[in-house]
Amino acid sequence: MAPATSSASVRLTSARLTSPFVAKIEKLSAQNLQACYQCGKCSAGCPMAAHMDILPNQVIRLSQLGMHERLLASKAIWICVSCMTCNTRCPKGVRIAETFEALRETKLRTAEREDYLSLSDISPEARAALPPIALISALRKLSS
Amino acid sequence: MTKLTYYPGCTLKNHARNFDVSTVSSMGSLDVEIEELPRWNCCGTVHCLSSENIINRLAPVTNLIRVKEMGSSEFMTGCAMCYNTLKRANLDVKKRADVLDTINDFIYQEETKYAGEVDVLHLLEYLRDRVTFEKLAAKVKKPLTGLKVACYYGCLLVRPKEVAFDDVENPVVMEDLIVALGGIPVPFPMKADCCGAYHTVSNPEIIADRTNKIMGSAAEEEADLVLVSCPLCAYNLDFRQVDAKQLNPDFKHLPVLYFTQLMALAFGCDESALRFDLHHIDPTPVLTGRGLMNLV
Repeated sequence: MAPATSSASVRLTSARLTSPFVAKIEKLSAQNLQACYQCGKCSAGCPMAAHMDILPNQVIRLSQLGMHERLLASKAIWICVSCMTCNTRCPKGVRIAETFEALRETKLRTAEREDYLSLSDISPEARAALPPIALISALRKLSS
Repeated sequence: MTKLTYYPGCTLKNHARNFDVSTVSSMGSLDVEIEELPRWNCCGTVHCLSSENIINRLAPVTNLIRVKEMGSSEFMTGCAMCYNTLKRANLDVKKRADVLDTINDFIYQEETKYAGEVDVLHLLEYLRDRVTFEKLAAKVKKPLTGLKVACYYGCLLVRPKEVAFDDVENPVVMEDLIVALGGIPVPFPMKADCCGAYHTVSNPEIIADRTNKIMGSAAEEEADLVLVSCPLCAYNLDFRQVDAKQLNPDFKHLPVLYFTQLMALAFGCDESALRFDLHHIDPTPVLTGRGLMNLV
């Protein structure tokens, strides 16, 4: 049997539950992550779920457990478009969209400023064709 | 004439001029004089959901200051995205005195300090609650007889709950407007589903998928057109039909209109108020087919 601490696994300890990462996400999102009891209603109604690598309820679970490596490397945090469907339906009043925003902001505030989108990614043709409402909102959400 | 302070927003002065001119023109028919907010700036487009990001609240609050400066206690916008962002920032600073203090301190060069005196209204809310659909119906010169309309709300008119002026899951304000204009609202299961919004910049394949599903749902209900209140929804559902067609060869093209354009049409406003030249899918054939326009 492979050792429990192989390179592919992440060690789960109670220390992670009170890690600075969990505290940061709870502060930025102004949410009590432990309120989530994993009913999955957020993922069931999410219009972007089909395009995500991990589902919204999984993002909340990984956030509760302080699994920052998996979360900050995920595509899902950029795919959530803050449509608020999950927030309006959550039976525990958890604001899932705020948690996604906190994860995006965490990534955008690192020294590396790993933007998901930069202005230079957008061709001159696209810049001319796209309405300001699209360009401004995309850059506000996806770049530092 | 009732006066009403009007915030158009950036896109209504660019790609969505059809929304702007049809708003001003149709409101004139309702005896409401639109007064554009002086020195308005971009609303910021999206509300930052991070609790301590105060810098993103500056743009909306500056607009609220402009409204206060002109002596108004309320103002109206038709753009769903501007409405949502302005309303959320307003609610936020009304609730959190420390955030408002920080903002007022930061923009110390503003002569006017904001203290939460202004209310943000959406045009649909104004039509329903102030004008009333009963009085609006009396102004109709050319009823939209036989026109089948799928009313699309998307996210920003109904979510989050704090800014919704209609039911969160099943809003009906646009359907009620269509009935008042003499048209037929069709059932539309995807009326409050997200169009994918700004992913049109970074992930257009997502928008193709959303447009295929949302417009497909309207087509299944045999709608003649889809009605919107958001220039980003309008762009995605109209211009991304090209990509939706590539994704699904059976995709049926449908025109996408702003609710104000149908008002302008029903009130008999000048054709210059419609600006159908700005659409990707031309609404003229379907409107002509229903006897609402004459072929030029």
